[in-house]
Amino acid sequence: MSSLRARTAIVAAADTKVGAVPEMSATQLCVDAACRAIEAAGIGKEQVDGLLTCNAMAEPYMYHAEMIAEYLQIFPRYCMSIGAGGGTTFALVHHAATAIANGLCDTVLIATADAMRSGLSKERAFALMSSAGHPQFESPYGPSIPAFYALIAQAHMHAYGTTPEQLAAVAVNARDYASRNPAAQKREPITIDDVLASRMIADPLHVLDCSLVSDGGAAIILTSAERARDFPGEPVYLLGAGEGHSHEHISQARSLTTSAAVESGQRAYTMAGLGPRDIDVAELYDCFTPVLLIELEDLGFCDKGAAGEFVLAGELGPGGSLPTNTHGGLLAHCHPGNPGSMFSLTEAVRQLRGESCNQVAGAEVALAHAQGGIMSSHATLILGTEATR
Amino acid sequence: MSEAQRNLPPVTVETRPFWEACRDGRLLLQQCRGCGHRQFYPRLVCSQCLGRELDWIEACGRGQVESFTIMRQAISPAYRNDLPYVVAIIRLAEGPTMLSNVIDCDPEALQIGMDVELRWATVTDEITLPKFGPA
Repeated sequence: MSSLRARTAIVAAADTKVGAVPEMSATQLCVDAACRAIEAAGIGKEQVDGLLTCNAMAEPYMYHAEMIAEYLQIFPRYCMSIGAGGGTTFALVHHAATAIANGLCDTVLIATADAMRSGLSKERAFALMSSAGHPQFESPYGPSIPAFYALIAQAHMHAYGTTPEQLAAVAVNARDYASRNPAAQKREPITIDDVLASRMIADPLHVLDCSLVSDGGAAIILTSAERARDFPGEPVYLLGAGEGHSHEHISQARSLTTSAAVESGQRAYTMAGLGPRDIDVAELYDCFTPVLLIELEDLGFCDKGAAGEFVLAGELGPGGSLPTNTHGGLLAHCHPGNPGSMFSLTEAVRQLRGESCNQVAGAEVALAHAQGGIMSSHATLILGTEATR
Repeated sequence: MSEAQRNLPPVTVETRPFWEACRDGRLLLQQCRGCGHRQFYPRLVCSQCLGRELDWIEACGRGQVESFTIMRQAISPAYRNDLPYVVAIIRLAEGPTMLSNVIDCDPEALQIGMDVELRWATVTDEITLPKFGPA
């Protein structure tokens, strides 16, 4: 297959209300996101011939994408839901682009949502919280999801001298951007001291090192580069996409401190013909503060082990060398489970269209990265404006 | 809280010999007859060469802390009395890594690279968990 570089473009991107949205179910949030994207694209629903979703924990269906198609009375020729945890949404984009480039469909709606905050029964929330990890070889020891990420953080601190202050700086950066984003769930600015003084969950992770629990959904419409100019919005081209998958369970990982973001990033850079220095703005998965440090290193934005200093020096902030998570990320904007990274994608689209509330001046190329599981399933996207095609 | 509410491993036909050995105080690994690779957890095939001839070998029970965290919030009421408890990745002397608890120690004194050795924790009549303590 020839390269996917600039073969497809995002022509619409939309978010639902996020945070606590108790008045809407997970399915309604997904449908709301889908309809907002269809409206933004200025098309009729009958023009959607591909539909990709991810299942919702709060309201799962055996065939989720088919359920959403049925709900909206859409009859696609390409239809599936994918589950790769937090990496799901970018894997969906990768699959959609491949399908379009190969003529399986023309116009793909990718819609994801969940209601992790308001939509889970107490029993279900409890069951999810108390059964993290491999059912035989991890879960009996009583680990939590934050604990798995704490294992990564401790290993990184031990190997590279990363400090709790440097981890905290990731959360402070997210809140700073979120403080100027009216859509964000947590908008009060915080300091490094606030993070360090917050309740310890699993050493070295404090509660403010952990992402939010949210309701929300987001959707995009992807089509061929040729068709993209027929839509009202400025097309945002998919220049590179890559994935890397290394394990499911952290106790079986090849490395605790170097992730398959190395491979997913390299694959995306190669396709795009670009490198880390070409990236104007980054939207990186930040379910826990150490994750973002490892991604910065593995995606080549700084040397291995140097991400803590990079963040503490303010490089991710406005005017830094790599403005990152300009919507507030999972730490401050919202984190409705698997759909969380879709908000990175819709923010990247806003940045490249000059529409972000934390606009990076002259942004032409954006990199978005997501991972799912416990640093298990990585997907990197590189997006660009018309000028970068 | 009763021990029965803890997360118990759902034993499968694949892992029954492993859990039965645990009950007898033996930690089993698999060793590939073809390439010599040693692996944990138990699998149908060698994860290095996909060979199907695997022998059970008994681990010596020594290892090192690869990483660890101190749990400050229990995952369920059954684990609350254990707080603060240590969840760790242990690198066994034979090579494979496994998740476990480090017990019989001051969690604050634990360090990455520390030598540990097996400690057996009986949970039910059926299930005994391999845990670790300071060597």
